[in-house]
Amino acid sequence: MGLENNLWESLPDVVTVKLDAVINWARKSSIWPATFGLACCAIEMMNSVSARNDLSRFGAETFRASPRQADVMIVSGRVSRKMAPVLRRIYDQMPEPKWVISMGACATSGGVFDNYAIVQGVDKIVPVDIYIPGCPPRPEMLVHAITMLQEKIMKESVKDRYDTFEEESRKSIVPGTLPVTEGTALEKETEIEVAQNKVSRPYTIPSRHERRKSS
Amino acid sequence: MADTAVLLEFVEKLKAENADWVANFKETFGEVTVFVPRESIVDVAWVLKTKHGFDMLADLCGADRGPEEDPRFEVNYHLFSTKHHNRLRLKVLLSEDAPNLGTVTTVWKTADWHERETFDLFGVIFDGHPDLRRILLPSDFDGHALRKDYPLRGYEPYSLS
Repeated sequence: MGLENNLWESLPDVVTVKLDAVINWARKSSIWPATFGLACCAIEMMNSVSARNDLSRFGAETFRASPRQADVMIVSGRVSRKMAPVLRRIYDQMPEPKWVISMGACATSGGVFDNYAIVQGVDKIVPVDIYIPGCPPRPEMLVHAITMLQEKIMKESVKDRYDTFEEESRKSIVPGTLPVTEGTALEKETEIEVAQNKVSRPYTIPSRHERRKSS
Repeated sequence: MADTAVLLEFVEKLKAENADWVANFKETFGEVTVFVPRESIVDVAWVLKTKHGFDMLADLCGADRGPEEDPRFEVNYHLFSTKHHNRLRLKVLLSEDAPNLGTVTTVWKTADWHERETFDLFGVIFDGHPDLRRILLPSDFDGHALRKDYPLRGYEPYSLS
């Protein structure tokens, strides 16, 4: 990402506009979703992929099970507070460029569930590009959302994509591949320093959501 | 349903074993509910399972009668017998200052998760439970969500940190 940002600044506009058009065309035409079907909207998402409303006509060819290989995360269904850190982690694991479609009323705003257990809108956790209303939205609405996202992608520029999410993701969640130093002296010292903003939280120390015991 | 006579016999048999076990019983709509004091619930469950054939615990759930009531909580056990197809309900009433109850996981293994759910949502503590922790709500959740004095929307808006 850094290379492209630097390159775009040094090239003349006539070149970058054409390059942007080609790159955006490539990105929008093969936008692979990550499976994040949580609840009932997932059924409509399955419908939009099946033969009657075929989403792979628009480039959403395969739903990748691994977020590392996905471009867009379609959050379909209600996100409970217990699931929210998991959602954020999957989002963080997607490489740039990535987009989020919030499908259905529950992902957009908590839907009919105005209570203690459901996050009132997934945009409290991840940045959303396209919101789809409906409970559940028709499969054609998801297809329309993908085409709207493709139009949005065409208007982007490569130099605007950057890796700043690292700072945000350090504060919110921790990759769980390193040993958990829960309750140890190392964690206590670092927590004090992090609270005083002297140091950013290192990856070896779990954030609040990681520290909970298994659930 | 013509089975209430059979069910009432079970009540009589329980009373015959030990008069303390049946504090009260109710019969409505063809269903019989036995009010069991909290010290004897495990014994009653064991007798009903082994001697009278109630081999399936169909449901174990809690209920909050409201903060002004005393006893505040009730724990309902819905028993079903696969041998003679009878259903019986046991109810244990608990007051707010002592929401402790013996676990029936030794009698029916399925009570494990149901008791975890009752603990999670009401705060009823089951003594002797092998692994009593939250099951539905996140582990760092504060409070017991299905109590009548817990607000519907919860206390704080969600934030990741």
